[in-house]
Amino acid sequence: MHEMSLAEGVLQLLEDAARRENFARVSVVWLEIGRLASVEREALAFCFDAVTRGSIAEGARLEFVDTPGSGWCMACAKSVTMEALHAACPDCGSYQVQVTGGTEMRVKELEVDA
Amino acid sequence: MCTTCGCSSGETRIEGDALDYVHTHEHSHAHAAAPAYAPAHSHTHYARGPAHAHAPGLSRSRMVSIEQDILAKNDAYAASNRKHLAERGIFALNLVSSPGSGKTTLLVKTIEMLKGRLPIAVIEGDQQTSQDAERIRATGAAAIQINTGKGCHLDAHMVGHAFEKLPLPEGGALMIENVGNLVCPAAFDLGEAHKVVILSVTEGEDKPIKYPDMFAAASLMLLNKCDLLPYLSFDVDQVIAYARRVNPDIQVIRTSASSGEGMDDWLAWITVGVADAVAARC
Repeated sequence: MHEMSLAEGVLQLLEDAARRENFARVSVVWLEIGRLASVEREALAFCFDAVTRGSIAEGARLEFVDTPGSGWCMACAKSVTMEALHAACPDCGSYQVQVTGGTEMRVKELEVDA
Repeated sequence: MCTTCGCSSGETRIEGDALDYVHTHEHSHAHAAAPAYAPAHSHTHYARGPAHAHAPGLSRSRMVSIEQDILAKNDAYAASNRKHLAERGIFALNLVSSPGSGKTTLLVKTIEMLKGRLPIAVIEGDQQTSQDAERIRATGAAAIQINTGKGCHLDAHMVGHAFEKLPLPEGGALMIENVGNLVCPAAFDLGEAHKVVILSVTEGEDKPIKYPDMFAAASLMLLNKCDLLPYLSFDVDQVIAYARRVNPDIQVIRTSASSGEGMDDWLAWITVGVADAVAARC
């Protein structure tokens, strides 16, 4: 989807946290990216590197935490695993599946230096 | 960078002015004056490796929990925009499509038919030029142009700033014509009531399944340029089936700005939305 805007979004969260929690540098950022999230990890890492130059997160390492994709199939009336957004139910093939998890794009935690 | 609130505005211009020129700050931004960070301490050791590799006592590393969505900032600006609009009983629509679908022509026709019946104003988004805003202003409606420069979508921060320069249509409709792009705008909430996706019949029936995020995010699909159907082998039932596969609740109106087909249904849809916004005014 939009990796440059996302990288800028991550940096803004880091800068806000730095003011709030009083730290000067970020060394590691753990990002929770769901299996169904519309983001390319390599592109995000590339953009993050570009966007953080000269900032408190310059040189920081990105660690990705996976979360699985899940949905509620209305035809089967049960929860199913989803490997891709807008996919059919793996059991019955119906497209009437409501996504219940796996689209997250969150900053989980940071390792910082005071 | 926006010097008042510290938000990144890149090359965005609103009516030619860079964003840090415009600040009146009536709407809420979470911001604080940027602090002067203390220079890094004199250790050459920076923890780049895993946490357990630190020599205890040498570095002052610690973990900070964030647990926030990456798009949290945009969502906060969008919520602020939504509240600003609700207080004024304004029905706002985010019009999205590929370039060349006929959005601006449809909008011009819509304004001509709505004139005198409803207050209406437009926020235009393009990488460059103010041609679209000028076309809208020629109808007599107020319009403001946002140029994103290299950006490929409008975001809530830009739209919030545009509110400062536009006479907002209280008790009426605000049309936000997004940058022509069937991918990126899908993820950016601007504070609108609905996204409306415009797909023209010259674009192919498979677009809803090729660009599912956009069609899933939209409440209404306007199938535009229907006057051209006799000259095309375009399967209308197929495009609607694909759109409903990706979004079972999507409504569909067949339109043509040139022939007028579907315009009454589209105007009725807008009018109902405005009535709801006015009734809910807080």
